[in-house]
Amino acid sequence: MSDTATKGVHGTVPAVSRAGRLDAHRLRSDFPILTTTNSHGQPLVYLDSAATSLKPLAVIEAVNRYNREYSSNIHRGIYEMAEQATAVYEAARASTARLINAPEASEIIFVRNATEAINLVGHSWGRGHIGRGDSIVLTEMEHHANLVPWQLLVQEKDGDLEFVPITDDGLLRLDVYEVLLHLRPKLVAFTHVSNMLGTINPVRQMTEMAHAAGALVLIDGAQAVPHVPVDVQEIGADFYVFSGHKMLAPTGSGALWARRELLEAMPPFLAGGDMIREVHLRRAEWNEIPWKFEAGTPDIAAQMGMGAAAEYLMAIGMDAVRDHEQDLAGYALEVLPREIPGIVLYGPAADRRGGVVAFNVPGVHPHDVAQILDRTGICIRAGHHCTMPLHERFDIAASVRASFNVYTVREEIDALAAGLREVVRIFGR
Amino acid sequence: MDDLYRDYILDHYRRPHNFGVLDGPTASYEGSNPLCGDRITMMLGIDDGVVREVAFTGRGCAISQASASLLTDEIKGKTVAEVEKMTPDDVLDLLGVEISPARLKCALLSLDTVAHALADDARKQAQAEGQTPG
Repeated sequence: MSDTATKGVHGTVPAVSRAGRLDAHRLRSDFPILTTTNSHGQPLVYLDSAATSLKPLAVIEAVNRYNREYSSNIHRGIYEMAEQATAVYEAARASTARLINAPEASEIIFVRNATEAINLVGHSWGRGHIGRGDSIVLTEMEHHANLVPWQLLVQEKDGDLEFVPITDDGLLRLDVYEVLLHLRPKLVAFTHVSNMLGTINPVRQMTEMAHAAGALVLIDGAQAVPHVPVDVQEIGADFYVFSGHKMLAPTGSGALWARRELLEAMPPFLAGGDMIREVHLRRAEWNEIPWKFEAGTPDIAAQMGMGAAAEYLMAIGMDAVRDHEQDLAGYALEVLPREIPGIVLYGPAADRRGGVVAFNVPGVHPHDVAQILDRTGICIRAGHHCTMPLHERFDIAASVRASFNVYTVREEIDALAAGLREVVRIFGR
Repeated sequence: MDDLYRDYILDHYRRPHNFGVLDGPTASYEGSNPLCGDRITMMLGIDDGVVREVAFTGRGCAISQASASLLTDEIKGKTVAEVEKMTPDDVLDLLGVEISPARLKCALLSLDTVAHALADDARKQAQAEGQTPG
């Protein structure tokens, strides 16, 4: 890949990969926010990418281009500007499909985020397929977004939830999973990468096991698509959901991928404009997929930004992204225990972990840790990270979480270690 | 740099005043801040409209625990009417450090829990009076 920037439909996409390696220092210039400072004049050390990612110029420009150059509604106007907007919107769908190797772009449903995608499946597929006594298998490490929608569904339908437990290292107990599959669940839903532990789950194997037991599989890819190569065909999943804003795209963008025959058989989720073929006063016929599931005017600019983000990530190469973040995770797992004696780390070794390191400093509440780190410009997450049951599993109310992305560098982990030494100094005095 | 974590805040966090369980409180309430897992149980011994005894248990961040320690010192001996009149600003004054918007919930959990305990007490009294014949 050349070092020169290439101009695509989504604007400037930097070719940053040299010999398959990601040069994060060089890539940081693509992120304007990294040049900003806090009110104390300190540079931004952003270690909260699992909450939301920073946005590169290519994404910001894609959003701006829509607002400045072709700010019209899509799938409606017959004038040139509207046709241009529609073309860019659909090109974003094609880019998003390529990022996860979906067989067809029309199997990508644009939604606000992974949460909305899961709710869509829960309502549209779940209500027609989950009945009294039917079970859904989840895991103990699910984000609330892949837990609460299923709680509501089984409460309504009088079904059951079962949970795959985890080991103390934060790995799923596949032996228990196998036993739970004997219950012949209708659906198995699990996260690809844990947002607290960072665990990368063996999704292909788990999907094969579920299919052998006659269950469909939904995978929450919110923490996977931005960080590891994802191939939905190789995994063999039935539903795969992810958010745009965690993969360098704007908030308000996201996607559901599902196999065509599932989407075609499912009733609409939200109803309104754009999702219909024809409407009469007392009945309507649905549009084809994906538009059947995209009622009303979507967040057009955000989805265009998601297309640009997908192109940006593919230009880097997801293998290079994964190598970079595994290196960062390994570095953090080595540096933090050495610098902060007694620190409690959660989750598996770096080779089984995405760019996420959650921990606790004994005797100091995570909020106090985050507050002191904030004084040095370090942005870090403190709390339960929308995984309260997982924190209960470890018998803690909260944890501190550092999470990485393509623009994260080792020096920021050094800054974190220095900040944590200050935490220990203040609370130890 | 450590504006928020002054020595007296950390002292109240490490060795909170009035920390423990009250034997037979007339009013009690468990408050929590689900976002960060702060938890405080306030126990009050109210007699003749005056807070004679107060104790709390809980776990959480330095701000929430120091706030509870300072507030319990403050309300001991005050009348219920005086305590009811206390405002969030009064608690922030007790803490005496600048609290950022994200930490207000931590700082004010103690007052919120006391207010709930008092409301609980008032409800019990109203019930008791309602049950009294005549």
